[in-house]
Amino acid sequence: MADVRLRNVRKSYGDTEVIHGVDCEIADGEFVVVVGPSGCGKSTLLRMVAGLEEITKGEIAIGGRVVNDIEPKDRDIAMVFQNYALYPHMSVFDNMAYGLKIRGVPRSEIEARVEKAANILQLKPLLERKPRQLSGGQRQRVAMGRAIVRDPQVFLFDEPLSNLDAKLRVQMRVEIKRLQQDLGTTSIYVTHDQVEAMTLADRLVVMNAGVAEQVGPPIEVYERPETVFVAGFIGSPAMNFLPAIATENGLSVGEARFRAAQRLEPGRNVTVGVRPEHLELDPASPTLRVRAELVEALGADTIVHGTLAGAPLLARLPGTQRVVAGDEVPLRCAPEHLHVFDGATGKRI
Amino acid sequence: MRRARTIDWVPHAVLLIGIAIIAFPVYVTVVASTLTTPEIVYGPMSLLPGPHGPENYVQALSEGNAKTSGVGVGRMLLNTLVVALAIAVGKIAISIISAYAVVFFNFPGRMAFFWLIFLTLMLPVEVRIVPTYAVVAGLGLVDTYAGLAVPLIASATATLLFRQFFLTIPDEMVEAAKVDGAGPMRFFKDVVLPLSRTNIAALFVILFIYGWNQYLWPLLVTNDAEMTTIVIGIRRMLGNGDAQTEWSIVMATTVLALLPPVAIVILMQRWFVKGLVETEK
Ligand SMILES: Nc1ncnc2c1ncn2[C@@H]1O[C@H](COP(=O)(O)OP(=O)(O)OP(=O)(O)O)[C@@H](O)[C@H]1O
Ligand SMILES: [Mg+2]
Repeated sequence: MADVRLRNVRKSYGDTEVIHGVDCEIADGEFVVVVGPSGCGKSTLLRMVAGLEEITKGEIAIGGRVVNDIEPKDRDIAMVFQNYALYPHMSVFDNMAYGLKIRGVPRSEIEARVEKAANILQLKPLLERKPRQLSGGQRQRVAMGRAIVRDPQVFLFDEPLSNLDAKLRVQMRVEIKRLQQDLGTTSIYVTHDQVEAMTLADRLVVMNAGVAEQVGPPIEVYERPETVFVAGFIGSPAMNFLPAIATENGLSVGEARFRAAQRLEPGRNVTVGVRPEHLELDPASPTLRVRAELVEALGADTIVHGTLAGAPLLARLPGTQRVVAGDEVPLRCAPEHLHVFDGATGKRI
Repeated sequence: MRRARTIDWVPHAVLLIGIAIIAFPVYVTVVASTLTTPEIVYGPMSLLPGPHGPENYVQALSEGNAKTSGVGVGRMLLNTLVVALAIAVGKIAISIISAYAVVFFNFPGRMAFFWLIFLTLMLPVEVRIVPTYAVVAGLGLVDTYAGLAVPLIASATATLLFRQFFLTIPDEMVEAAKVDGAGPMRFFKDVVLPLSRTNIAALFVILFIYGWNQYLWPLLVTNDAEMTTIVIGIRRMLGNGDAQTEWSIVMATTVLALLPPVAIVILMQRWFVKGLVETEK
């Protein structure tokens, strides 16, 4: 077991810098999920930890040992790849045993360790098969098994579930979480799926364009996003952003008036964020009225699409509320659920 | 599939005709190798095997005919086998290693080296035959197996094929091996080589036959009758007008010359058919 420390880690390809200085301390046994849109540098960051990509600047330490100049094989890490990357000509057993064989682990111990991992992952009946004789989910398990048998200090996952269908993804997600809790191995997990990120993570690293915009427990990231980007990226449907101007006693968004939790200097341009699930129907004392342009009844929820002050506005109402397109919908939002960001920088105020 | 059955015979007929066209000359050769020369030369040749097979083959194998200076076909087959095997194994060994270097390693001038190898494609033996002969003669390799095989080993075709194949090995697999702790040698031995099996088998067949059929270069670089290869041996057996050609011996020699390539194809086919069926990776 080990902690992982990233200090001002940067990566450049030629003249273009793609990671602009990431700092992060990952405690021993912690499950950290790196999440962000495609191309933001998640894989690059993970591959630098793995040693598959050179670290241009900064420092990465695993278990207190700086690993910048250490080969992947000597970093005591195991990685699970998106495309599984199993050896096609080797049986499931050999795939899992290969790393141990190279390290000169005695045959009897290899067998014991592979058997143990196969039991955990329910791969026992498949040990003699070749990867091509397995389903996607089974291959994924073998890839995990290959990581487990090594008993490394850190697990690295690069979008391990993105090639599976939706149902299997949910199932494997639960399995990964349980496995990590049982083994207690420090893990870094990369994904662009925010549900995976929210459910798996002890702590989230939300990345955008090579910068770690926010690091924190998932609920904290959801409740107190530090930037407009994080606020929009975490949560589904995404947060509504409305252009607003601060007034003496609150915020004005077009015709609508909001009470704000904090005082702002009047006249300041800000962006107000409201999550669709925090808008409630309130015919008695609505803070805003919106014409329902489109209504999606999902059963449990009803999503109402409208426009406020020129910006699109979504409200997620309980499915019991009957709303029809064309209705004027009176809505209310509690002041504590308003997120106020600086209009220019997008930073939380 | 009722409809299919009624027109089933069309493709079969086409195949049968095709096979007949290809097989008939081979059949005639086999039959002729069991007759005497006069029986072949005078009058319509019998299309049924005669009784002289054993003596023709024994003579061919042991002493050839008058024009091969007493060197038997056995010796020629051995020469050709050594050369063809050396060419096939040598070419595969060299090209798989150079393709491995070009694809999996980053070193200065990597592409330059690749293009240099690629350029040799434009320089087959026939084009560079005179300077190559000068070099081989200068090294004293005339009338040796090395002289026969080495100049034919140096070429790029196989490097190119292996490179194309290696490029299809996913990066993630290379990285997985790195994380597993496999160095370049281990990776080559444990992953690249087993995955290339099919390619190696197919190339081996092609290159073996290429080596087996060489004519111009062996003609130039061998003077000693003991070093004759089979193709040249057959050519020598054919008369130049001054003496009658011993057709029965020539035919027996031809059949003998056919056997090793056929054996190689049959032996290797198991490998590459298997490879074609199970798409790995
Ligand atoms: N070898 C390379 N040379 C130049 N630029 C690269 C290279 N590899 C990656 N990049 C750039 O680095 C950035 C980050 O890439 P990375 O693969 O880390 O993204 P990602 O967050 O993993 O995206 P995805 O979710 O699509 O996998 C991208 O803008 C990409 O274009
Ligand atoms: Mg990626």
